[in-house]
Amino acid sequence: MAPKLPPRLPPQHPLEQAGEAAGPAGHAEAGYHHGPKGLLRWLLTTNHKEIGTLYLIFSLSMFFIGGIFALVVRAELFQPGLQLVQPEFFNQMTTMHGLIMVFGAVMPGFVGLANWMIPLQIGAPDMALPRLNNFSFWLLPVAFTLLLSTLLMPGGGPNFGWTFYAPLSTTYSPPSTTFFILSLHMAGISSILGAINIIATILNLRAPGMRMMDMPLFVWTWLITAFLLIAVMPVLAGVITMMLLDINFGTSFFNAAGGGDPVMFQHIFWFFGHPEVYIMILPAFGIVSAIIPTFARKRLFGYASMVYATSSIAILSFLVWAHHMFAVGLPLVAELFFMYTTMLIAVPTGVKVFNWIATLFQGSISFETPMLFALAFVVLFSIGGFSGLMLAIAPADFQYHDTYFVVAHFHYVLVPGAVFAIMAAVYYWLPKWTGHYPNERLGRWHFWTSVVGVNLTFFPMHFSGLAGMPRRIPDYALQFADFNMASSIGALLFGTSQLLFVWMIIKCVRGGEKAPAKAWDGAEDLEWTVPSPAPLHTFETPPRFQHQEH
Amino acid sequence: MSGSYYVPPQSKWPALGSLAVGVMMVSLGMQLVHGIGGLVMTLGMAAVLTVMWLWFRDVVRESRQGLYDAQMDRSFRWGMGWFIFSEVMFFAAFFGALFYVRVFAVPWLDGEGAKGVAALLWPDFTASWPLMNPPSESISGPREVLSPWQLPLVNTIFLVTSSVTLTIAHEALKEGYRNTARNWLIGTILLGVCFLVVQGIEYYEAYHHYGITLQAGIYGSTFFLLTGFHGAHVTIGAITLSVMLMRVMKGHFDRDDHFGFEAAAWYWHFVDVVWIGLFIFVYVL
Repeated sequence: MAPKLPPRLPPQHPLEQAGEAAGPAGHAEAGYHHGPKGLLRWLLTTNHKEIGTLYLIFSLSMFFIGGIFALVVRAELFQPGLQLVQPEFFNQMTTMHGLIMVFGAVMPGFVGLANWMIPLQIGAPDMALPRLNNFSFWLLPVAFTLLLSTLLMPGGGPNFGWTFYAPLSTTYSPPSTTFFILSLHMAGISSILGAINIIATILNLRAPGMRMMDMPLFVWTWLITAFLLIAVMPVLAGVITMMLLDINFGTSFFNAAGGGDPVMFQHIFWFFGHPEVYIMILPAFGIVSAIIPTFARKRLFGYASMVYATSSIAILSFLVWAHHMFAVGLPLVAELFFMYTTMLIAVPTGVKVFNWIATLFQGSISFETPMLFALAFVVLFSIGGFSGLMLAIAPADFQYHDTYFVVAHFHYVLVPGAVFAIMAAVYYWLPKWTGHYPNERLGRWHFWTSVVGVNLTFFPMHFSGLAGMPRRIPDYALQFADFNMASSIGALLFGTSQLLFVWMIIKCVRGGEKAPAKAWDGAEDLEWTVPSPAPLHTFETPPRFQHQEH
Repeated sequence: MSGSYYVPPQSKWPALGSLAVGVMMVSLGMQLVHGIGGLVMTLGMAAVLTVMWLWFRDVVRESRQGLYDAQMDRSFRWGMGWFIFSEVMFFAAFFGALFYVRVFAVPWLDGEGAKGVAALLWPDFTASWPLMNPPSESISGPREVLSPWQLPLVNTIFLVTSSVTLTIAHEALKEGYRNTARNWLIGTILLGVCFLVVQGIEYYEAYHHYGITLQAGIYGSTFFLLTGFHGAHVTIGAITLSVMLMRVMKGHFDRDDHFGFEAAAWYWHFVDVVWIGLFIFVYVL
């Protein structure tokens, strides 16, 4: 079924850079700055590839920690009744799972890919501000060590859901909430500085001749994502600062007794939170828009419309936040406004899905692992998109709100959406990072076990949710038992199959089939013009970019 | 572009900086939650400032060695511009909270918009802004509010004037009149310090004579949130300008190449614009 790997082309060096003709292995050691080796090298680095690697390893570790928390949740929900954990701890697990996955796994994963690939895709020598880049990374381990340590503090860790609604997160929160706020501040600073760096890199460091509309879509989507990050992460910082003041200084922002309003928390939070969910998906669109043309051996269909669709999604993301709050008691005019703007998002998203399918049409398609993940993304993300449309209908949302239907919806867009895209990107770019092809057999095992696991986990949640099972509750009525058992088995399968992913990565780093500069024969972007593995320093002299019609 | 873009060698400041931030944050948390750690927090903050000093010293040295080209200059410009945009959004969240409270939350507590619940909880509550009588009797509101036409007006004059003096200093630097630039920059910093002193007096008055405190319901909360974070930004801006003053006096900056100065000036103007918004929406209206 799956054809052989594409025919290997001889390594190409069309750019004729003096430094890189020396060959990958020799050059990687021949960089001009040489500092300490070992751990210090990683602490002090200013190199976008090393920092990208750090981000990706951090993201993978957090993916497993967050995954273990999810498995605790699923183990408790395997059967009705309380078996394994206390409700108090269950709440901490759902909360920490969400926080770790959103801020620790998915966002740093995409930033890691951006660090590695954006300079390579635009022909830049490094990120625009390399020291700042390293600062952005090293804030993360500090922030997440603090966040995880809250689980060991008296009263336990955050237990109010990853959306930390007031007054659960203020009046009724455990004492560790202050530490949670401070750790989120650090993660936020990291995101803002990282985004500033990415935006400056893209706007200023493109190779001569590369116009904005020549940039690969991964770069475009990251440009727009970085804008969203800079626009909304400070709003998150603002709202958690108000929480900090309410908790420690007796202010009344989210306290109606003093004239404030807990609903105001939700407004400000979701003004951040909705763009945030697009922050977690737009780079995925960029990845899929790189992989599908490569393995369909066709140019991307509708390049310009992809750019405009991404921009439209970003603009609309600022106008839809209250669709998370339909059931909170909004004025009718607000319900209608947010319902219609939300539905409008289906238009640019539809443009994207159409373009991916049109790219496949009459393509010469092969199904290597990156392509498998990208195709699964298109199908399964669309399922998540459609359930999103259902949730957008305000009157219907009164039924779905706070049920497992919502859990099914956002896991479909985040797991086979964002996470599959990151995995697709890892399989796609591993030859460039390591110089070896990922093991195709292992990749396919990983793919199929993941696809089965994901769908077994999350598809039944649609049904249990529609039937009225509330989310974030450790126990449930007996009629939901079968669906939950299926979900728990699926979660265990999905979680375990990620060990194959780690094994594949380790194998690929240590060896494997050698990859040429252009590792996939349909791949056209600039990163495939440098040797595999990419030497530590690339494009020290900017390449001359040849304009191609998209 | 000739490939002259400068990629700095390994540096210890980023890692030390994040460690210092971590120490500061953890000890801040310890202070807030357990009441211990204030000393460590001060040390952490000192460490953050020290790392910033050393990090920026490296940048200044590299710049003066001529390692930076025009492209690097643009990277700094984009970086600073987007950083200020992020600060704008930070204040936007606080202004948004102020508007939400004034337009929606407080009137709704009085029963407007067919919100019945509040009327059951606090039937006697009457909406007003500034909110002198919070809904619950356990929270006592301010006794009096500050007139915008006294200290706040003085402060407005200080800050607007300081933007003008800073622009004069900048123009002087561009024309090569270094001493003139230095004098107007000193004037700008002094105006900033005057602003902070007046704000200190105002806070003292608010706490001791007007009953405007952080605990005085939503009016005190929004008042101190907005003016407090603005004041913190004035402090940062004044420190930045002081560094620029030192650099002017040490003979740094060319007539056509002085982005450090310009970045500090951008920041100062941004802080000024935020103040105009504060003056209108917190004090006057």
